[in-house]
Parts: sequence; structure tokens; C-alpha cells
Amino acid sequence: MKLRALFGLVAAVLSAHVLADATLLNVSYDVMRDFYKDYNPAFLKAYKAKTGETVTIQQSHGGSSKQALSVANGLAADVITMNQASDIDLLATRGLIPANWASRLPNASVPFTSTTVFLVRKGNPHKVRDWNDLAKPGLQVIIPNPKTSGNGRYTYLAAWGSGLKQPGGSEAKARTLVAGIFKNVPVLDGGGRAATTTFMQRQIGDVLVTFENEAELIAREFGRGSFEIVYPPLSVLAENPVAIVDKVVDKKGSRKQAEDYLRFLWSSEGQTIAAQNYLRPQDKAVAQKFDAQFPYVKTFTVQSVFGSWAAVNKKHFADGGVFDQIYSKR
Amino acid sequence: MSTILNLRHSVLPGFRLSFGITLFWLALIVLLPFAALVYSTVGMGWDGFLAAVGSERVMASIRLSFATAGLSALINLVFGFLVAWVLVRYPFPGKRLVDALVDLPFALPTAVAGIALTTLYAPNGWIGQFLAPLGIKVAFTPLGIIVALTFIGLPFVVRTVQPVLEDLEKELEEAATCLGASRWDIFRRVIFPATLPSLITGGTMAFARATGEYGSVIFIAGNIPLVSEIAPLIIVSKLDQFDQQGATAVALVMLGISFVFLLLINLIQWWAARRHGAGR
Repeated sequence: MKLRALFGLVAAVLSAHVLADATLLNVSYDVMRDFYKDYNPAFLKAYKAKTGETVTIQQSHGGSSKQALSVANGLAADVITMNQASDIDLLATRGLIPANWASRLPNASVPFTSTTVFLVRKGNPHKVRDWNDLAKPGLQVIIPNPKTSGNGRYTYLAAWGSGLKQPGGSEAKARTLVAGIFKNVPVLDGGGRAATTTFMQRQIGDVLVTFENEAELIAREFGRGSFEIVYPPLSVLAENPVAIVDKVVDKKGSRKQAEDYLRFLWSSEGQTIAAQNYLRPQDKAVAQKFDAQFPYVKTFTVQSVFGSWAAVNKKHFADGGVFDQIYSKR
Repeated sequence: MSTILNLRHSVLPGFRLSFGITLFWLALIVLLPFAALVYSTVGMGWDGFLAAVGSERVMASIRLSFATAGLSALINLVFGFLVAWVLVRYPFPGKRLVDALVDLPFALPTAVAGIALTTLYAPNGWIGQFLAPLGIKVAFTPLGIIVALTFIGLPFVVRTVQPVLEDLEKELEEAATCLGASRWDIFRRVIFPATLPSLITGGTMAFARATGEYGSVIFIAGNIPLVSEIAPLIIVSKLDQFDQQGATAVALVMLGISFVFLLLINLIQWWAARRHGAGR
């Protein structure tokens, strides 16, 4: 992961010297690789048509938090595209971007969203429908480690929120539910992709909990024959925020290109590419066009249930937090 | 300083220059990162340090890391010695190939090794499918960690013992035979003492390498807190929460324990060298 970031840096530095054209480094997380592979050429074409300029875009992918940390430690990213706001908040804490970064772009700087869904084996033999089913004794559930993966964190929060919001729900019920689910996890992988490998290739577990867009990528990779996607009645809205890294773009003089690069995410072309990659678009018209692809799921945002990411991390994922407590009781 | 260095005029020229470069190089490559590590934990204070290191999960992971590293080093000592013995003493077709094979764990990126081992030992893998009906689970248990660490540690033992065995004089064994020693006696009293220092060195290197190993273990361990979560993973997950101080605190503790172990092993080696080396 680090190495990849380093390569990105080296590539960025080299090309910045070799090419006269502007070079943008987009530091992103693992699963976004496929999206930006489609998005970057579309942007370059549109940008060239509009301004006549050529831009080169470098991508760096890795674990979300590790990537954010690399940028905070000096990786010269022009833009950062993450899967949770707390990773970008880190840059604000370090003074690389203003604290109100989210308000600079539409939809609180979230161009598209996803949600957490269940993958079950063909025919859904264990009749998994809801979060409560995941806590049934004897069931095996694959979830990546919430401590090291945004994917795992969203899953944890989705389960917690649904425990809280179910009829007669309470903090205590939510805690019991989440503890029951994690008791059923035989392998805690480091990230979403590793969890996919465990479930699909090692054939371990009855349920894989992951992002909707990851589930669709699995379908493309492995075919649709061996599993089904189950949409729980209530889930979390996974928001993928983006930001310009002010300190870097001002130094490199690439602010204009970087801003255009991110703004283009909200264009109907950008939104369509997102939808094609099974990311739920913000644009109503595009969303309507891809209606069939995105079944309705009732979702809640992290902010609405937990206040803020900072509060979430402090209460649930910090050392000695609820997640640690769940495990020490075993 | 210069008076000390001038006291004994060496026949070899360039001592001062090379000594200076040595000091500078060690400081730059070893001491400086270590100092940075200590420095970044200083700000935490004792309470913060103890809180970061003393939690149940961290303690369990440190125990697991050292226990699995120790066991895998012991396994490597036995089988590494055997491999070295076979490679040195017996001619057989394909020997060069087998010899080269030993270095494979050195060359292979550890993540690749981890994925390959997991594929083999997962319940649906080539080996795992035969172990599963017997109730033996390797992948996603501490046993899997030992397998991975044994894999990466093997060349350390083989490559340190091999040259010593090669240099071992046949005459010593012949003399022992003439003096009426049994084959077991020859091994126990001639071969083993001569190779012991190299065994200790090789075992130590395998152990030290295994305590810090991350790439290969992470895929096969299952990473369940308190059960199969290694200390390097704790460090990485603390970094993922932007808790750099906590991460360095755990790293410092691991370094401290490793240092004590290495010191002990060095003492044993010194003792062994005195005991067996003096007789020669």
C-alpha cells in the first residue's frame, strides 16, 4: 500500500518534470480503481474540448486511511477521493485544507454513494433477510476489520443503526446485535477486497457483507451463478467524499485543473460513469435512467444516527471502544 | 579519541576513515530511525504509553507474535539443519535445483507467499481439503501463522549452517570413528558442537525476521482479536486510526522484547563458543 503511494509520488514527480502539461495526482482508495479507469479518459476528453489543454492524471490506490495518512505526511496529491469523511477531515486537522472543505462542492462534496448489502450463496439457504439474521448462532459472516477498513466500519455502523431503529430498539439491543454478528465472523480481513477473496475464492462463510458496488464487481468477476445479493430493509448510506488538497494545488498551480476534475464528477457524463460502476448517482435524471439497477433501500447517514465521524471513531473504533469491548468479552 | 586510535598503529591503512564511515552509516541507517521511534513516543507520557500497550488485545497480540515466531524458529532449526545436511553431504541429481529452491522464500514477496499458503491450506485448498475432515484447521488459525513464519524463516537457518557443515573436516569424524565412537556419538560430540553456533545464529535470524513479519501472515491468520491477531497488525490498525503514537508505542515494546531475546541468545552463543570452542 505504502509502496503504491510511493510509486504514485515518484511517477508524479517524474512526470511533472518531464511534461510541461499539468499533472494531477488523485489519491484514492482500493475499490475506486475501476471507476477512475473509466472516468479519467472521459474527463481528459471533455477538458481538452473545453480548454484545449492536456492534463495528465496519475492514480494512487490503497487502503483508504493509509492513503489519507500518506497525503497528510506529504504525498503531493492534488485531489483526494475517499470513502468516508473522517479520512479527509484528517487533512483539515493537519492544515492542508480548510475545515469547511465539504461545503465547497455540491452534496457536501459527495458525488455518489453506495450502501451496504449482503451476498449469500445461491438460493439463500440460510434465509438471510435482515441484520438480525446475521447474528443467528452457527451462521458464518465475512466482514472486513472495522479497525483497518472503511468497508468494515460502514457494515458495523449499518448493523448498529438497524439495531437502534428496529421496533423496540435501543443502545443495548444494538450492542447485542453487533456483538452477535461479529461473534459469527471467522476471518477478519484487512480490507474489502480481501474479504471478497475469502468469501468467493476460499468459499468461507455463508454471508459476505460489503458495498453494493463491490457486490456488482464480484458479479462481473465471478459471474452471477454462485451467489445472490440481498438488500436488508435498512442500511447505511456510504458516502464517498472528494476534496482538493489546497496546499498542494496552490504550490503546484494546478487548482484550476483540480477543481474542474472534481466538478466533472457531477456532470451527467461523470454521474453516468458512476452509475455504470454501480455507484448510486446524486443526479436525479441519471438516477432515474439507472433505476432498475438500484433497488430502493431505506438508508440512514452516519451523521444522522451517530452525529459525526469523529464521535463514531471515538466511541466505537478507538482503542478500548465498543468494538474492542465486544471482543474482550469472548 | 585520536589518542586511543593511535595507540596501536595498525598495519592496515585507512582505519580511521573506514571507522568514521561505519559510525556514520550505522547512525544514519539504524540509530536515527530508532531515535525517531523513541522520540515520537516521548510526548505520550507514561500513562498514555501504558494505556496504548497494556490493553488486552495488544498484550495478546504480542504474546502471539513471539510465541509463533519462537515455535517456527524451532521448527526451522530442526528441518533447516536436515536440509543443510542433505545438501552438503549427499550428491544427488537435481541438487543445484534444490539448493536454489531454498532461497525462494527470500526472493518471493511476502504477500505472494501468504496468498499462496492460504490457497493451499484454506478448507477448500489442495492441502486444506484433506485436513478439514480430520478436524485440523490451518488457515485462519494460529497454526497458519506458524506455517507462514516457518516458510519465510527456512533459508536463514539453511544458509547459515550450510557453509559451516561444508567446512567441517572429514578427518575429525574419521578420527572419531577410529577412536571407537558410534555414529550417534560422532553426531552428538563432533558435528553438533561445531555447527551449534551457526544453528543459533540462523535460528535467531529466523526468529527475528518472524516477529516483525506482516505481509504473509496477514492473509493466512484470520486476524481474529485475541486469537490470531499479530502485533504488526495492531500497529497497522493503530496507524489506520491515525494513532501514530500508539503505533510507535507498540513497536517500541516489540523492539524492546526482541532486543532482550537477541541479547539472551547472544549470551548463549558466547557461552557455547567458550564451552565447545575452547576445546578445539
